[in-house]
Amino acid sequence: MMRSKAQPRPSAADRTGASASTGGGRRHLPRPVLVSRVALGLALLVLAALPLFLAPYPIGLAGRILAFALLVVSVDLLTGVTGMPTLGQVAYFGTGAYAAGLVGIHMDSSAVLQLLVGSAAAALLALLTGAVAVRTSGIVFLMVTLAIGELVHRFADSFAPVGASNGLAGIPPISILPGGEPLELAGFIYWWVLAVFLLGMAVATLVVKSPLGRSMRGVRDGEKRLHALGQQTYPVKLAAYTIAGGLAGAAGTAWVAQTRFFSPGDLGFDVAAFALLSVVLGGAGTLWGPVIGAFVVILVRDWLSAYVDGRGALMLGVLFVVAVYTLPRGIAGARWRKPLRRPRRTSP
Amino acid sequence: MLSWLDANALSMLNGVALAAVLFLIAVGLSLVFGTMDVLNLAHGAVSLTGAYIGVAFLERDTTIPLFVTAVLAAAAFGMVAGVVLAAMTSSVGDHLRQALLTLGVALIAGDVLREIFGADVESVSAPASLAGAVSVFGRPYPLYRLVIIGISAAIAVVLYIVLERTRVGALVRATVADRAMVEAIGVRTNLVLGGVFGAGAALAAIGGLLAAPILGAQPGLDDTVLLLALVVVVVGGLGSLRGALVGALLVGQVQTLGVALASEYASFLLFAAMAIVLLTRPRGLLPAKTGAHG
Repeated sequence: MMRSKAQPRPSAADRTGASASTGGGRRHLPRPVLVSRVALGLALLVLAALPLFLAPYPIGLAGRILAFALLVVSVDLLTGVTGMPTLGQVAYFGTGAYAAGLVGIHMDSSAVLQLLVGSAAAALLALLTGAVAVRTSGIVFLMVTLAIGELVHRFADSFAPVGASNGLAGIPPISILPGGEPLELAGFIYWWVLAVFLLGMAVATLVVKSPLGRSMRGVRDGEKRLHALGQQTYPVKLAAYTIAGGLAGAAGTAWVAQTRFFSPGDLGFDVAAFALLSVVLGGAGTLWGPVIGAFVVILVRDWLSAYVDGRGALMLGVLFVVAVYTLPRGIAGARWRKPLRRPRRTSP
Repeated sequence: MLSWLDANALSMLNGVALAAVLFLIAVGLSLVFGTMDVLNLAHGAVSLTGAYIGVAFLERDTTIPLFVTAVLAAAAFGMVAGVVLAAMTSSVGDHLRQALLTLGVALIAGDVLREIFGADVESVSAPASLAGAVSVFGRPYPLYRLVIIGISAAIAVVLYIVLERTRVGALVRATVADRAMVEAIGVRTNLVLGGVFGAGAALAAIGGLLAAPILGAQPGLDDTVLLLALVVVVVGGLGSLRGALVGALLVGQVQTLGVALASEYASFLLFAAMAIVLLTRPRGLLPAKTGAHG
């Protein structure tokens, strides 16, 4: 019901899926693929080089954007790829963040350990909650995930061991391996966050290209048809939900590594809404579109707003409204080139 | 049992008063989703604007005619806002893009309201003649809340009669059930849809204004109201009038009686209740009998 009306989606995810499925007959890379690979390489180069020419504050902002972008990718795995719009990924984002913070305070400052514990805790919670949540679909699923997000939010707000409403403070700076030197420089922490982000993107890409990913798109495009073909969809949806939960948890650990503080406000309804809207803004179903969506949203809210007298909400609102009319398929679906074959409709 | 009732009767009555306001706000959200298939996330902003209209119009010790004028102004504003939103969303078919659009409108509206009225909590006073208390179950109870319950009940009855007993209501119900068929028999469904959207938004603005003497008016209240209204319509059943009423009564009790009885778990109760209802009855307690969503 929440799914967009059956429209052809020439998205990047589908293109890669299609080229993977053609199998026989190796051809030269089509030009768009070549162009996108060059663009990807350039983007990676710029991302990796950022600490070399940015001051500590913008580097911190860039790290937060990357962590948020990974959360958004996890939302997209469910919303865009599987067709299950969710407001609940903040619950697992928060679980990962709090788990990493607690490990940092009480056990060890190793970022690798925090990443493992945080992702595992988040994936476990996603498995347990998803077991009931994915029985629903459409707007009911959206509201159940909203309930999950809000329940975890309110639990964090009253649970003393994680600082309740004051937030979890005093998280020591991360080191990479157990017992290693703490990373103090903003650039090194940023590189760790970038590494987590790239790892998460790699996992998401592998999942999308795997047979599981094809089943997830099958659930999106016609769940009943999968049933008719004899495939159970519940395990597919639960697997997608668990993986997405783990990715959101990893994003949470990266966020905490950057900020060294986490409060219930970081997993509120507005974060959940912005994560979902970043997916829509970027282009649901592709993986890189939502990353750009997340980048734009955080940049407008946290950086641009400082230059326009704190009017971040107004700017975001205008951005959303304009985007709905000018980018019907999100940023990823924007027409960068002239249409090759048939002229696309500009309005749905 | 009697002593328990005696101790908690006022909490329950408060719950009914909250339910009365929530019903007014939520019923528009529900009908708009039912008829137009539009998830209007700007609904909370419309409601908050209604509350701020109260702030602008009403001073202390206001008279009833002035209060009625404010209500009419809120209704007129809501009508216009609803028709504008209907026009804006008419070309946007996908729910997620509707969410992007309407939340964008809500963000803009919230920022404009903050610019005009400031970030502080504004209070709105009830009309002077309704500000007193009457004796209920041997205890004093604010008269204004009883009046709200009465107004809301009256509006609910009128809505029921219009929807179930008149030709216009039949058209609306038919549009919920099968929009293409209604179009095919020669009705311009866009007019029906715009009318429903306008009426729903007008009710939301009225609800916001009536609630203002209880809840106040402040930035962020639009999100709270939107969330509560969403819970009400989803718990009750999307697109159904009776569903919105049942959902509002349930949420009202959870928010007042539940909080009074189990204050420790107060903040969990609402969403836990919603999760339980949705997992046992995914279509809500009283879903619309017909229609694509019912």
